[in-house]
Amino acid sequence: MKDVRDFESWDYTQIPLGGVSIEAGNSDDYETGGWRSIRPVWDKDNCTNCMLCWVSCPDSSILVKDQEMTGIDYQHCKGCGICAEECRFEALKMIPENEAEAE
Amino acid sequence: MAEQKVLAANGNTMVAEAYRQAEPDVVAAYPITPQTAIVEQFDKYVAEGLVHTEFVPVESEHSSMSACIGASTTGARVATATASQGLALMYEELHIAAGMRCPIVMANANRAISAPINIHGDHSDVMGARDAGWIIFFAETAQEAYDNTLVSFRVAEDKDVQLPVMTTMDGFITSHAMERCELMDDATVADFLGTRTAREPMVGGDHPVSQGMFASVGGAYFNLKQGESLAIDSVKPTIQRIGEEWAKICGRPFSLVDAFECEDADYIIVILGSSAGNARAVARELREQGVKAGVLRLKLYRPFPAAEVREGLKNAKAIAIMDRSDSFGAQYAPLGEDVRCALYPMDGHIPTRDYIYGLGGADVTLDLMRQVYSELQELAAGKLDQGKHYLGTNKAQ
Amino acid sequence: MQNMTEIRWHARAGQGAVTASKLVAETALLKGRYIQAMPEYGPERTGAPLRAFTRISDAPIEVHNNITDPDIVVVLDHTLLDLVDVLEGIKPDGTLIINSLLAPEEVRVKLNIPAGIKVATVDASGIAVKLIKRDIPNTPICGALAAVTGGIEIDALKEQLLGTFGKKFSQEIIDANLQCVDEAAKEVKVA
Repeated sequence: MKDVRDFESWDYTQIPLGGVSIEAGNSDDYETGGWRSIRPVWDKDNCTNCMLCWVSCPDSSILVKDQEMTGIDYQHCKGCGICAEECRFEALKMIPENEAEAE
Repeated sequence: MAEQKVLAANGNTMVAEAYRQAEPDVVAAYPITPQTAIVEQFDKYVAEGLVHTEFVPVESEHSSMSACIGASTTGARVATATASQGLALMYEELHIAAGMRCPIVMANANRAISAPINIHGDHSDVMGARDAGWIIFFAETAQEAYDNTLVSFRVAEDKDVQLPVMTTMDGFITSHAMERCELMDDATVADFLGTRTAREPMVGGDHPVSQGMFASVGGAYFNLKQGESLAIDSVKPTIQRIGEEWAKICGRPFSLVDAFECEDADYIIVILGSSAGNARAVARELREQGVKAGVLRLKLYRPFPAAEVREGLKNAKAIAIMDRSDSFGAQYAPLGEDVRCALYPMDGHIPTRDYIYGLGGADVTLDLMRQVYSELQELAAGKLDQGKHYLGTNKAQ
Repeated sequence: MQNMTEIRWHARAGQGAVTASKLVAETALLKGRYIQAMPEYGPERTGAPLRAFTRISDAPIEVHNNITDPDIVVVLDHTLLDLVDVLEGIKPDGTLIINSLLAPEEVRVKLNIPAGIKVATVDASGIAVKLIKRDIPNTPICGALAAVTGGIEIDALKEQLLGTFGKKFSQEIIDANLQCVDEAAKEVKVA
């Protein structure tokens, strides 16, 4: 099977009929983390696992296992800041990317 | 030959019968004159349990086509019907149906477009949809509306086509006039049509897929559109093959264009739909008087059968292109532009006049057809101008 | 086109002219002929003047326009004679059939109809009121049409009527309509 990641270089005979995406759920392959200029930083000690951030995140970037938050998916997080805005427990705060890189 | 029942029926009834025999999995439709009877009658078949179809009554044509697209992506056989303002309201979905390669069959009872409000037959509605990527047929009679509809299911769903098909007939003139028709037995039609084999269905298959995708600047969008265009350009042989297969079963001939006495004709009328017979009646009359008249009727309008049109017109001395719609601000009405484009690569120049006729159901009398042929003789003699003319409108007294 | 009979119907909406135009066509189909029947559609409601058309031919019919020069004109309401030019375009040897209490000679004088045109009158409304109990003159006028023109056989007309009405109406209504056909065929006067 063709590798969907190459689709931008396909000609019309290679693209599936009707623009069908033949691999469902392949948006996972599209790493949008590079769009970020600010990033959420998680303070595990303050977190109550209320899941408000998980509900609010438009990119499903709040990682959860066994009903507990485990971290942030920086491969896909676009740094929109909604999670930090919604958090009632000061468990998420936004910092500039260059600051994060410096750390 | 298979068994056929002779009956008196109008175009709407014949399309409803074709739908009953094709037994779509889903029909989503909204009523609009002059098509309403198709859906009304088909809904009765659903209620009576004659078909297993899921009938989706929707709140508008915008929704009916949306529902049809959704159903089609699951691999279902899908049909609907509309006309006029209804077709106009579907405008954005028409492009989506074609772009997503949904083999939907849609009957259109051709009707004028407002304003002013008019419920009668002309081609203004279809012509507004001519660039949407649908295969478009024009029927001359109720019988042909039936035949075209059956052929359309096969064409639409063919693995090499996978495009939506609009099977049109003239509102009231064909949709409502009762004619002598032949109805094929159900088993023969079922055998001819088979069932739709979907390519990757969105639901129900082993490999789930996504449809209706986003395609950004450059890459996929442009390339897909090229593919869509080349796809509709290449369907003629498939239509011809399936049409001939049906012709063999039903005993009625099939061709993409119906060329009446065009071979040696000096004066040819090019026309779509129900008025072709009126042109032929006058052409026969003229032939008896020694005037070499011919009629070229296009059964297939999209993709445009340019080669067949050139072949039919190559020996003419003057051509009348008759349009039952207008294209405001364009040089000619739609068929006028199409035919002229088809003629352009030919050596030599054949004088051509565009006649806009019968808008809003205005009656197309034999006298008007006689006028056209008479003017073609003057045109060939260089006594008349080419260009666009309105046939049968009032002149200030 | 040869051997084609063109019938133009004049009526008021609600008198059953559209049904009549189809009934006559279907009767001809029963006898193996080619047919066409269409009303002239519009937004009109009950009482408005309307026209309908029937074509019958031995060969396939290819024209699809209104009938401008009819062989037969059928008028279901004599009050239309003052409103509509029912004779417009009628063939010189055509036939005019009117639902009227007048004698055909009186109609000929009233409308100044040339001698070549056959004129027939029948009190189709009277027959309908008597037998169907309603002023729906369409089946009687079809009986008169069959009797006067000969192109349509009375028996075939009744057979088709049975087929068309059988699905929709009670036996009593059907019988009354069949009687209407016979009675009008008997009563129609020609001049």
